[in-house]
Amino acid sequence: MEDFGKLLVTSSPHMREGSTTSKIMWSVSLCLVPAGIWGVYVFGLYSLVVLFTSIIASMLTEFIIEVLLKKEVTLYDGSAFLTGLLIGYNMPPSIPLYIPIVGAVFAIGVVKHTFGGLGRNWMNPALAGRVFVMFSWTGPMTTWLVPRTRGITDAVTGASPLGFVKTGLLTLKGHVNGPLDFLAQNGYPFTHTDISVTSWLNEHIFSIWGGSIHNGYIDLFLGNIPGCIGEISTLLLLVGAVYLFAKKIITWEIPVSYLGTFGILVWVLGGLRFGMGWFHGDVLFHLLSGGLILGAFYMATDMVTSPLTRKGMIYYGIGIGFFTYLIRFFGSFPEGVSLSIILMNIFVPLIDRLTLPVKFGFVKEVKK
Amino acid sequence: MKNLKTFPRGGVHPHDNKGFTNAVPIRNAPIPPLCTIPLQQHLGAPAKLLVKPDDKVKEGTLIGEASSFISAHVHSSIPGTVKEVRTVYLANGIKSEAVVIELEGEFNRSGKPLKAVDWHEIPREKLLEKVKEMGIVGMGGATFPTHVKYTIQKGKKVEFFVVNGVECEPYLTADHRLMLEKTSEILEGAGIIKEILNPDKVFIGIEENKPDAIAVMEEKIREKNLDFEVVPLKLKYPQGDEKQLLKSITGREVPSGGLPIEIGAVVSNVGTVFAIYEAVVYNKPLIERVVTVTGGAVAQPANLKVRIGTKIEDLIEECGGLKIPPKKIIAGGPMMGFAQVNLDSPVTKGVSGIIALPAEAVQIPKETPCIRCGRCIEACPMGLSPTRLYKWIDHQYIDEALKEGLMDCKECGSCGFVCPAGIPLVQGMKLGKLLARKKRA
Repeated sequence: MEDFGKLLVTSSPHMREGSTTSKIMWSVSLCLVPAGIWGVYVFGLYSLVVLFTSIIASMLTEFIIEVLLKKEVTLYDGSAFLTGLLIGYNMPPSIPLYIPIVGAVFAIGVVKHTFGGLGRNWMNPALAGRVFVMFSWTGPMTTWLVPRTRGITDAVTGASPLGFVKTGLLTLKGHVNGPLDFLAQNGYPFTHTDISVTSWLNEHIFSIWGGSIHNGYIDLFLGNIPGCIGEISTLLLLVGAVYLFAKKIITWEIPVSYLGTFGILVWVLGGLRFGMGWFHGDVLFHLLSGGLILGAFYMATDMVTSPLTRKGMIYYGIGIGFFTYLIRFFGSFPEGVSLSIILMNIFVPLIDRLTLPVKFGFVKEVKK
Repeated sequence: MKNLKTFPRGGVHPHDNKGFTNAVPIRNAPIPPLCTIPLQQHLGAPAKLLVKPDDKVKEGTLIGEASSFISAHVHSSIPGTVKEVRTVYLANGIKSEAVVIELEGEFNRSGKPLKAVDWHEIPREKLLEKVKEMGIVGMGGATFPTHVKYTIQKGKKVEFFVVNGVECEPYLTADHRLMLEKTSEILEGAGIIKEILNPDKVFIGIEENKPDAIAVMEEKIREKNLDFEVVPLKLKYPQGDEKQLLKSITGREVPSGGLPIEIGAVVSNVGTVFAIYEAVVYNKPLIERVVTVTGGAVAQPANLKVRIGTKIEDLIEECGGLKIPPKKIIAGGPMMGFAQVNLDSPVTKGVSGIIALPAEAVQIPKETPCIRCGRCIEACPMGLSPTRLYKWIDHQYIDEALKEGLMDCKECGSCGFVCPAGIPLVQGMKLGKLLARKKRA
């Protein structure tokens, strides 16, 4: 037989599904892009500079460390890019540039590489970076710009809905009908889009069931609110998440158990602060505001720092939901997504050990 | 389609690639002038050598004798002269002594009319004896000596006998073609086994990607008025593994470390059933088997009836040679088969396919760190955590790996198939088992 060169000899299996770590990382990054475009559109070009700065800082840190440690440079795998992107998304739009840089260096240099690089970090690097700078520069990290879609041409700062409600509640006396009512009563404006869409919905759709919704949800859903660059557009984040579900990069367990637990807690207990009694919490307001959607679909689902098994993921999601509720309602910060996820990261090895699957052949035979 | 049965946990869906050969009828491969017949073609102890150089052998002469309880006879596949006895590497990488026979003289069976024996007149013990005498082993790949499997301990009762026609490995179509072309013979063989084992129920498990086989089996069963039941199964790898197959069909789980008989079941591959039919009815030892020669690099992929001991090279030659340079040549299926260093290894009783893959069909994954995605755990049909096992083994914590079920791993390759980090998980498991055995020794 003619010579055909050397044969490749490897262990089985000789077929592969074809998914790779880089494909996963770049897909997640891609799915985040629409929400980022929205952020840049409403907050102006400076926010694009913030995004690029944190991406470049993050990739550069990874590059330098890998070169210094004489490791293979792994920028192609997209994980440093994704970390940088997420840090950028978690920055307020008017942030001084040194803050995302410090956040990125901390995320990649300390959180990721001191533990051995990709796959070894026990804490979500992007969130750790964000929390690090949050506690270091709380002022700039909680200064928000008002989106241009609210009809303002100059850059104006304003409170995020969550922050506004949190501060307001400290001095609240009497009775309001939930957070949106509180916003309305205290002069927090809604956009024309919101008001007209809400009234259309109330007239044509919700009237069928005899109900109506308060003004404000549409602003929250579309992202017409002050907030971090990448977190505000719930709509576009969900669009990206649909793709991730379709590609089976994320599974339902973490988002559903997280949002479910959080939603139930808010529903049951959330109304108490407004003097509305049990079971009157405004779940939708809390789901749509702050970084919850970004956190639930893109950060809590980080493979490296979440449990291995589906059962474990459910426990993990429940834990994050519980802590997010605690921090949002009783903490000193209006927002608790990052801290809750990091807190549950600590429990992941324990969850893993407790949720190992039942092995085949160890079930008691019931029949017979 | 109605709700088909399958096993609930784990499993993967590789592209089946059976289109190369599933419409190509089985034909005889040429008789090789030299046959290299290994003595270790089965699980267990190698057969004891019975011949020496210059001995004359006939087609079907016993050349190796079962040397212990778990062992099997080996017969000459061709008539001729024993040239030498030497050590060869088998397709699965193990070393074995092999008898090299040079073709000479007349075939006493092939091409001659053979008298069929009416097995109904043979008592049970004699049937089982025949299975042993003819060197029958499991032909799905595990090559467990069949007579050992069929020797049921006292106190155990066979409730189910399952004919395994799943053939879940991609590319392979040998069992599929056999079911289409030798339907009556397989059913007859199943009847013989039913006589030996006396089960309450006989099932024939076939995956839904072989609807023609399911149809023809059902039709023949109706025609012959048999009480066998064809169970169409939902496509999922590795359903052809007996533990998964039994879970799919009976819902019972074979206990860890145990054999199917512990849940009252015995499983045999269709190839084995056909070999038993020939052994009992025509007194024919296991000297040939059907091999699928396929893959994108093979000029004319085919299903060949091959004499045991034929070189892989000769089979590829018979299929028109290689049309493009192969990157990888696999003996067995692509999920569990063995990559070959060269084409010199002989076909043994357990080789069901030869697959020559061109470069574009071979993915060479770059190994990157585990990102804990958990997909291997999801894919593992045995409920193991391959990533954890791999890490234990990698750090030489063999006891921990054993505690987490290393020995339950059957190297089906589902974990490696899905791993996005390209980690050689199966290789790790194999290494772990080796280290565990060394440690115990």
